[in-house]
Amino acid sequence: MRLISSIGEWLDARLQLAATIRESAGHAIPRKTSSWFYVFGSAAFAVFILQIVTGILLALIYVPSGGEAWSSLQTLNHVVSLGWFIRALHGWGSDFMVAIVLIHMVQVFLFGAYKFPRELTWIVGVFLLLVTLGMAFTGQVLRFDQDAYWGLGIGASIASRVPIVGPLTVNLLLGGPIIAGATLSRFFALHVFVIPGLLISFVGVHLLMVLKLGINEWPMPGRLVRKATYIKEYHELTKKDGVPFVPGAIWKDLFFSALILFSVAFCAYHFGPFGPSGPPDPTIIQTAPRPDFFFLWLYAVLSYLPASMETPALLIGPVVGILALLLLPFFSGEGEKSWRRRPLAVLTVLLAAVALATFTHLAQHTPWSPVMDAWSGIPIPHEFLQNRTALERQGALVFQVKQCHNCHSLGNQGGKRGPALDSVAVRLTQDQLIRQVIQGGGNMPAYGKNLSPAQTTALVAFLQSLRPPGQPPARDASRATALGAERGGAPSSSP
Amino acid sequence: MTLPTDFSRRALLMKFGIFLNSLVAVVLAVPVVRYLLSPVARARKDGYESWVPLGYIDQFPSGETRLATYRNPVVNSWDGDTANIACWVRNVDGKNFQVFAINCAHLGCPVRWFPQSSLFMCPCHGGAYYQDGSRASGPPERGLFEYHYTIDGGKLFIQAGEMPTPGQASNIVKEIRPCV
Repeated sequence: MRLISSIGEWLDARLQLAATIRESAGHAIPRKTSSWFYVFGSAAFAVFILQIVTGILLALIYVPSGGEAWSSLQTLNHVVSLGWFIRALHGWGSDFMVAIVLIHMVQVFLFGAYKFPRELTWIVGVFLLLVTLGMAFTGQVLRFDQDAYWGLGIGASIASRVPIVGPLTVNLLLGGPIIAGATLSRFFALHVFVIPGLLISFVGVHLLMVLKLGINEWPMPGRLVRKATYIKEYHELTKKDGVPFVPGAIWKDLFFSALILFSVAFCAYHFGPFGPSGPPDPTIIQTAPRPDFFFLWLYAVLSYLPASMETPALLIGPVVGILALLLLPFFSGEGEKSWRRRPLAVLTVLLAAVALATFTHLAQHTPWSPVMDAWSGIPIPHEFLQNRTALERQGALVFQVKQCHNCHSLGNQGGKRGPALDSVAVRLTQDQLIRQVIQGGGNMPAYGKNLSPAQTTALVAFLQSLRPPGQPPARDASRATALGAERGGAPSSSP
Repeated sequence: MTLPTDFSRRALLMKFGIFLNSLVAVVLAVPVVRYLLSPVARARKDGYESWVPLGYIDQFPSGETRLATYRNPVVNSWDGDTANIACWVRNVDGKNFQVFAINCAHLGCPVRWFPQSSLFMCPCHGGAYYQDGSRASGPPERGLFEYHYTIDGGKLFIQAGEMPTPGQASNIVKEIRPCV
């Protein structure tokens, strides 16, 4: 024990850091701030450390080469002892880190912590969110499987839409004309050197400012922030009703960080590593690429945006969003901090959360994508075939063979791209069905060139049989009128 | 703060030192930027496109659309499978061909050909195209990207080498007119 303390004294005589550390650790924070709401920043930091450690461990095996990366991941998963667990820790750590950073941001926003004098802390925090997402995206690329390959294609297609410099940006992004070895190498450099460097620097500045400016006090409704008086008031508060950070508050941070790290380890053990999916061979086209969890919402947005809105929304949307976050503390740097008196802030958070959750949920079901193998893999439920005429059954065959099932569901099975056809005969008359099949329209391709008259007749006969028992088929009211007029008499008012 | 009297001379030297370092920084920045821009600079000089054989034309029966693959003309030895690119070859009538890029004109996912319904369908966001490559439905703003082709010695060649994307397609591949 004496040896340790004498080594400590020898070191500190040269480093002279002990006093600074003791002062930082013991700095007073408002008593109410030592709360369970203030643990997310430190938890994000803990997961970040985990990511650094597991990242270095993975780099011992991983080969950042277009031709070898995928098989090196297979080796990690199946050959190296517990390689799968390190991969799973890194993958789940990434999801937890994004989630905690987002929760931390929401807490800071709702507690008004971005207001004077902590504007710059917030701005650096926005950059931390962006580099965290950058790590998540580049990490997904390093998995270099089918999803990564086509995900890069999507990224390149978005980048290419930037006016004038778009095509050049694509070549710079990919490191050449196509997605290949050079692409992986530069994403490796980004994921392992460039973005972590930025992340460490931003975390340092972020923490330094928390120490220098003090942690945000618990927001009290009616206690307004004024630039002229705030710093004085804050110092009085910490003096009058403060506790030292160590150990007054840090035990909660430690407990929560441990819980989060345990959760990451549990998920890693229970669910295992992410992929890799199929090898990055672009000639294997039987694939439906999907992004990782935190980019699923974007996948859904890209499917739902109308074509004319897409390029502007893709190019202007992120700029507006990031600018809004960066400028927030300048537009509301003073005033009320408590979320109880800031209904607009609460609504904004709710709206964003509901929107992201909805889009993420939709992207897990991809109702906009045709089910590519429905025509051959999903049979028509028997209730749609019973008691049908030969012609109608012939039409059911046309329905399968012409891949209608890929986009239209029957009995809730099949594609959701187009409307379900269980009761289409109630909605559309024979004429309307024929026109829709032949001409298409409303997001449906035209099948006129591709169906013989006999096939069309059979298909429409089948479609006309699709209505629940007891419900009459759709009828064209004007048809009876027209027919009545043809017969020379006045349209009859009686049925 | 009062400064020593010889400050001006030292200040001048310091400024000169800063100037020297700035000069070196600029001199070094030129090759660094040139190095970083090499994927763009090379494209401008030679172009990434060249004529690539897809095989003999009798591999592509008249009236049918078949998947073809080729090795990208610009490759590195460590590219592995990623340099194998697929495309769809449509033999229109035995004489005329259409060669479509595998990438959807929306966001580049691989489109699949369904001969039964004569449609190309995209698994990502639900784009669909007719057999001539024109847009049928979904989010794409245009038809499929189409390569220039030529037939030489019974072999089908296409001009390829760069992944087509919505922003640069007009330079390298034919724009397919919407179906009339």
